[in-house]
Amino acid sequence: MALEVPAGIPKEALQRLLVALADDELILGHRDSEWTGHAPILEEDIAFSNIAQDEIGHALVWYTINEQLGGKSPDWMGFERDWKQFTCCHFTAFPKGDFGYTVLRQYLFDVAEQVRLKNLASSSFTPMKEAAEKILLEEGYHLMHSQSLVERLGNATEESHKRMQAAAEIAFPQALGMFEVLTGEEDLVNAGAFSGNTVLKTEWVEIVAPVLASASLRIPVEKENGEITLNAKPDEGGRKGWQKEHLKRLVHDMQTVYKMSPGGSW
Amino acid sequence: MESVEVQQITLTDAWQALSEISDPEIPVLSLVDLKIIRDVRVEGATATVELTPTFLGCPALDYMKNEIREKLLALGFQTVNVELKLSPAWSTDLLGEEAREKLRVFGIAPPEKRAATLAESLKKPVVCPYCRSSETRLESSFGPTLCKQIYYCEHCRQSFERFKTL
Ligand SMILES: [Zn+2]
Repeated sequence: MALEVPAGIPKEALQRLLVALADDELILGHRDSEWTGHAPILEEDIAFSNIAQDEIGHALVWYTINEQLGGKSPDWMGFERDWKQFTCCHFTAFPKGDFGYTVLRQYLFDVAEQVRLKNLASSSFTPMKEAAEKILLEEGYHLMHSQSLVERLGNATEESHKRMQAAAEIAFPQALGMFEVLTGEEDLVNAGAFSGNTVLKTEWVEIVAPVLASASLRIPVEKENGEITLNAKPDEGGRKGWQKEHLKRLVHDMQTVYKMSPGGSW
Repeated sequence: MESVEVQQITLTDAWQALSEISDPEIPVLSLVDLKIIRDVRVEGATATVELTPTFLGCPALDYMKNEIREKLLALGFQTVNVELKLSPAWSTDLLGEEAREKLRVFGIAPPEKRAATLAESLKKPVVCPYCRSSETRLESSFGPTLCKQIYYCEHCRQSFERFKTL
């Protein structure tokens, strides 16, 4: 089924946005799935396995719309594409690390998803709007879970606090990379496809800052007279395909089975 | 020469056949009970089914598409198209009282009706499907499949699954 892009929305930039959304979901989903069988407690093992499955399902939705606009098939995007062509932000691709880092990354990502999806739910591009509305309903469970973990672990014991704070210091600048401005983004904003990453980033900071503060976690954000200052250098480049070595390994692992018999089914 | 009898398969036949396909994860509910079959259209020997997913990552989706195709081909259709529709998004609010009772009998607490926010929807006490006690607590927000959570009943001391409100 081919889709038409409404007049005024630049197709190339729209596809870039769709693939960025999909790549973030697929790669983080893959990282989350690495906890299957390895999480510190069974409940979290189940939680992260479920979240991984959800995220990969969401990636499929975005890849499918991209395909309907003339892009490659979802299978090709996931299993045949060269790792250097992925446009996920670096943040989603870093190794799973300490469980504290995983929890914090998931929380920061879940809020970004809420902000993005709520914005896309009023997109002028109907298929994107409809997908966002659907995905939002599922994402609510992720956010409830990750936020309560952050709040509990941030305030629980000296050890848990220490590990969460260490995670915050690493994760915060990385997380800002989720909002790297896309090439051609301005035209998408003008066409009402979404409000743009700069707007989303501000909304995101407004939500995460008080929650992290309530979890006794410090992040380099200052707010004065309603003006937000971020004292951190965003880890960007992913949207341009400037990927790091750990993504290479992840993509290799992800594609191994598929490449043994391309196009095969079971 | 004998004329070939072209049998007319009606819309009712098609719906009837689809109501015989069970959800692979919750076999007490059919795809029709679950309200994931949005529409069926019949034009001559072609049937078109609009299917809406419950959870997007649900691994049973492909299986269901195949079941629908096979069931309707067996009924005599020459071509069966299954179209995936995301909008309007599927919600557990669509489940009727009969479907909810089937879930209870199967040992799954039915989903709460949606409130303004998700947190609000999940505030009401969950009733144990076995003993109907409200002395229950959430054990795990996530369960063995994407659509379920795990609860524990203090009264009859059993764990049970609850269909997530969506
Ligand atoms: Zn009970």
